[in-house]
Amino acid sequence: MAMTITEKILANHAGLDEVVPGQLITAKLDLVLANDVTAPVAIQEFEKFGTDKVFDSQKVALVLDHFAPNKDIASAEQCKFIKEFARKQEVKHFYQVGRMGIEHCLLPELGITLPGDCIIGADSHTCTYGALGAFATGVGSTDLAAGLATGEAWFRVPESIKFIFQGNKFQPWVGGKDLILYVIGKIGVDGARYQAMEFTGEGISALSMDNRFTICNMAIEAGAKNGIIAPDEKTYEYLEGRAFRPYTSCFSDKDARYVEIMEFDVANIPLQVAFPHLPENSKNVEEAAGIKIDQVVIGSCTNGRIEDLRTAAEILRGRQVHPEIRLLVFPGTQNIYRQAIKEGIIDALVEAGAAVSTPTCGPCLGGHMGILAKGEKALATTNRNFVGRMGHPESEVYLCNPAVAAASAIRGEIVHPREVL
Amino acid sequence: MGKAWKFGHDVDTDVIIPARYLNKSDPQHLAAHCMEDGDLNFAPNVKAGDVLVAGKNFGCGSSREHAPIAIKACGIEVVIAESFARIFYRNALNIGMPILECPEAVAGIDAGDEVTVDLNSGQINNLTKKTFFQARPFPPFMQELIKAGGLAPYVRGRRKNG
Repeated sequence: MAMTITEKILANHAGLDEVVPGQLITAKLDLVLANDVTAPVAIQEFEKFGTDKVFDSQKVALVLDHFAPNKDIASAEQCKFIKEFARKQEVKHFYQVGRMGIEHCLLPELGITLPGDCIIGADSHTCTYGALGAFATGVGSTDLAAGLATGEAWFRVPESIKFIFQGNKFQPWVGGKDLILYVIGKIGVDGARYQAMEFTGEGISALSMDNRFTICNMAIEAGAKNGIIAPDEKTYEYLEGRAFRPYTSCFSDKDARYVEIMEFDVANIPLQVAFPHLPENSKNVEEAAGIKIDQVVIGSCTNGRIEDLRTAAEILRGRQVHPEIRLLVFPGTQNIYRQAIKEGIIDALVEAGAAVSTPTCGPCLGGHMGILAKGEKALATTNRNFVGRMGHPESEVYLCNPAVAAASAIRGEIVHPREVL
Repeated sequence: MGKAWKFGHDVDTDVIIPARYLNKSDPQHLAAHCMEDGDLNFAPNVKAGDVLVAGKNFGCGSSREHAPIAIKACGIEVVIAESFARIFYRNALNIGMPILECPEAVAGIDAGDEVTVDLNSGQINNLTKKTFFQARPFPPFMQELIKAGGLAPYVRGRRKNG
């Protein structure tokens, strides 16, 4: 029977010839990951299961990225607790400051998230790895603990929605972030609840891996179980010299079944800004023009990759951040940081008046390194603009791509990039 | 019997427990800040046995299990919503926090109403308005899992008895 890429990956990992949406299965896991916020609860639950060892120390990743570099004593205690667990369990992929990056930037870079994989992570943006053609989904700490103990997880096979992006004539500065914000604006924050979002078409083929990661990263913001893009030449080029182990790519059959198929022409998608307090409040950047802001954040698991920084530097080079604006830039990983130094990106950003940080999730979730005061507004390349997300419950977050963020940092208010160039 | 606390659609996990409090996972610490960015009066005034009522997509956003842990630790007996976000739904049951999907009950309960819920039968009674709603009850194994306090104690108990 014809299957989607998501169904094929789940069938492969359940040891079944085929699966259908709604079916409950138990699947073998290729990678189980957690961070410094979710791992402590998962480890405590893991110990309650009465198991001594994790199922496979090579297939566990623990990344200390949320409140690290440790923001206070309590955060330091959490990181220490995880480190002790990682050492005792001989966890292969344990990363702390100096080697760590934002988990969803770091793990693909290390080549440990691969096409055809089945991955769970105690972080909702685990769906990012779908950009490589993997089934990857966020879970809570108890599910993660069960995964650590058994190497398996149970799933309800999701229905799939297909999003076809026709054409490759993107409007200037439009990227993956605009495509996904546009889609979430159309279907809402629960528009794909429990379902798989499959992205395809000439528009997707034309996008770089960095842009594809951005798209799949935000599938959760439509309530999806996973986002996924079939591997192609660009995927294999990205994986060259990077893949940590052999892998098997999967592809949707031509007559696979979808609960819905939505088509868009990329030429019709303008630059997007999502207004507070939901990602579904996305609008044409022109409708946000003139909104005064206090802080701009460029980074996160959504837009902290090298191309994002290149875009920001392209706009900021030779210009100055508005004196009323705080511009914070967070490279996603140490490698991205080094690459940005080599290319002169960091120099251009600092010269323009940006503060460049070591990798951390910090401000995206209102953790540290850029908290908003009451009444302040931020424009951010992050993924959520919920009430209180970046600080005070009466602060506001607007979401956009790195080009709009950089241009607006120069102007001091939200602006289309062409207005500052 | 408890009082109903009512919230709207798309209540996200940052509202349920803001990330600034996730530097600790102690349930009482989390309970003290539960729903803080949505209603400052909630955590200081919620009582054991109260009921949380909300619209669609309750618990959207982060995968933090701290969210249902906070709600459970502050004494909420059950969350009744029109629908739940996927990760929250699993997390709530995994830690033994009862949740019911029942749009009719959400429409028929106002903040402050006195409500009783029978988790075995799925019956929801609004004593204030003298109305009754039927949610789909959990199958027996899920009721046992909730009574055991979540997936980990449930699995351990079955291992011991099996």
